[in-house]
Amino acid sequence: MSIEIEGISKSFGTFAALKNVSLKVPSGELVALLGPSGSGKTSLLRIIAGLESPDSGRILFDGEEATKRQVQERQVGFVFQHYALFRHMTVFDNIAFGLTVKPKKSRPGKAEIRDKVHNLLKLIQLENLADRYPAQLSGGQRQRVALARALAVEPQVLLLDEPFGALDAKVRLELRRWLRRLHDEIHVTSVFVTHDQEEALEVADRIVVMNEGRIEQEGTPSEVYDRPATPFVYDFLGSVNLFHGRVHEGTAQMAGLDLSSPENASAQHAPAVGYVRSHDIAIERDGNGSGAIKAEVRYLLSVGPLVRVDLVLSGSDRTIEAELPRDEADRLQLQVGEQVYARPRKMRVFVEDYQI
Amino acid sequence: MGRGKNNVLPGFTPALGYTIFYLSLIVLIPLSALFFKTATLTWGDFVAAVTAPRVLASYRVTFGASLAAAVINGFFGVLVAWVLVRYRFPGKKLIDALVDLPFALPTAVAGITLASIYSQNGWLGRYLEPRGIKVAFTPLGIAVAMVFIGLPFVVRTVQPVLEELDQEIEEAASCLGANRWQTFRRVLLPTMLPAILTGFALSFARAVGEYGSIIFIAGNMPMVSEITPLLIITKLEQYDYAGATAIATVMLVVSFFMLLCINLLQKWSRCFAE
Repeated sequence: MSIEIEGISKSFGTFAALKNVSLKVPSGELVALLGPSGSGKTSLLRIIAGLESPDSGRILFDGEEATKRQVQERQVGFVFQHYALFRHMTVFDNIAFGLTVKPKKSRPGKAEIRDKVHNLLKLIQLENLADRYPAQLSGGQRQRVALARALAVEPQVLLLDEPFGALDAKVRLELRRWLRRLHDEIHVTSVFVTHDQEEALEVADRIVVMNEGRIEQEGTPSEVYDRPATPFVYDFLGSVNLFHGRVHEGTAQMAGLDLSSPENASAQHAPAVGYVRSHDIAIERDGNGSGAIKAEVRYLLSVGPLVRVDLVLSGSDRTIEAELPRDEADRLQLQVGEQVYARPRKMRVFVEDYQI
Repeated sequence: MGRGKNNVLPGFTPALGYTIFYLSLIVLIPLSALFFKTATLTWGDFVAAVTAPRVLASYRVTFGASLAAAVINGFFGVLVAWVLVRYRFPGKKLIDALVDLPFALPTAVAGITLASIYSQNGWLGRYLEPRGIKVAFTPLGIAVAMVFIGLPFVVRTVQPVLEELDQEIEEAASCLGANRWQTFRRVLLPTMLPAILTGFALSFARAVGEYGSIIFIAGNMPMVSEITPLLIITKLEQYDYAGATAIATVMLVVSFFMLLCINLLQKWSRCFAE
């Protein structure tokens, strides 16, 4: 089922959580709402579920108005960050709950419920834990039970609120890959909220980046990562370096370099900010040719497969951060205090007006 | 458990010794004296003393009214706890404090107050009596006093459980298609039930043992509105010590079984606590 969100606004007291947000989620896609805390992503998810009502705007499910529909009628599956399992019920009863509260006419028989729950237990790989209570499960197991419980009623839409937020790093990684595979199998329209950009990039078909109650950008993971539409998106996804300078008729002058910036062709001597990702800065020993900035190595740190290099630009005390693959760093044999050249391979320039 | 040289908590032997000594002095010795005094009666006399018609009537009044009061408290106590936890309103703190008042108020004060407002000329009694509802000096009055003193037990046991309940649990239930009633019956009530039962049992136990607040409103008519504790006092005043302790023994055994039930309930409620 597709979801259309039209001009949704929502305030809590004086705080505007959502400001005129519109969004389309095509049927069968897995969409991530990504943003810092307070960006309105959870409010939007709860409005889609019907757990909150918007101050203005409409929600359409498959083109049909659903804004006034009760939570119970929306046929959404909702997975909470802290699982929200019924602790007095066994795993089996938790998963069966949605089926047993159906009105008599549409409620499946006992045997049918048992089969269905067992199939779901197989799906979440917890077949032998049907009789356990939630308190006896680990965090990852509880979240899988919560997911099975939501799927038992065959929801038209699956909504997940920071589903991996309460788990430790390794379980988180496993579970999000598992969720991706699961979605490839069942293809239910899904929206999940996260503040973890890596999670969004890895799991989602499309990413919606939100900030201060607005949508900053939506697109595929590679679109939002490679072509961020706003400085905020640049900042939020991955580590980034800022250069201040001016842009004039498609040419930006930053840190003594002339860079082409065709998207700012109409700018006239405008103050601008250039964004370069840490892994888009190359380090060279000799500064042959243009396009490289003289700098001094201040600090070296190996983080797993990458080496982080802090550089101080000569002639100023501004620091930039570069990330090199381990073998590249080994080849260069960098030493703290030595002079090198930093070459930005890719820079995106925004005229200062757009800046947040 | 406490033995071994590497125990992290030192002083097991003196602590246990003191505990046993203290409990013996304060609880066990007086209670066993009760049994010894009762044992001066022959079995026949004992049975006769505890099954006299007037005594049986007093059991009926005491346990019947206590049960009714505990049921009423079980229902309205949950309601009070629910309101105190779920809603915000001006004066909430005050109401919260009021709940504890029956704990703190001297029972005789409560008894006199209740008797005066429910009597024929009292604030409430003057409206109730013309309608044929006689509260003061009837078993109904006894139940009213028991409701009064038992309320905090239910509220104070249910309140923390309700506070712990996550709103998300209810949201999860409604997302799964449960209506308000199903959410309450299938999700909230089972979670609260052990606490409600504990509160119910505590309120019942307190009502059975209550004396001070009841005798003023009860009227104390033999066979009609005479409670068992009062009967014990009456026997003592007639220097019938053995008869008094015989009845007391019955009360003691009943109280003990009730406390046992409460403990079992609490153990059960911990079963699925996280």
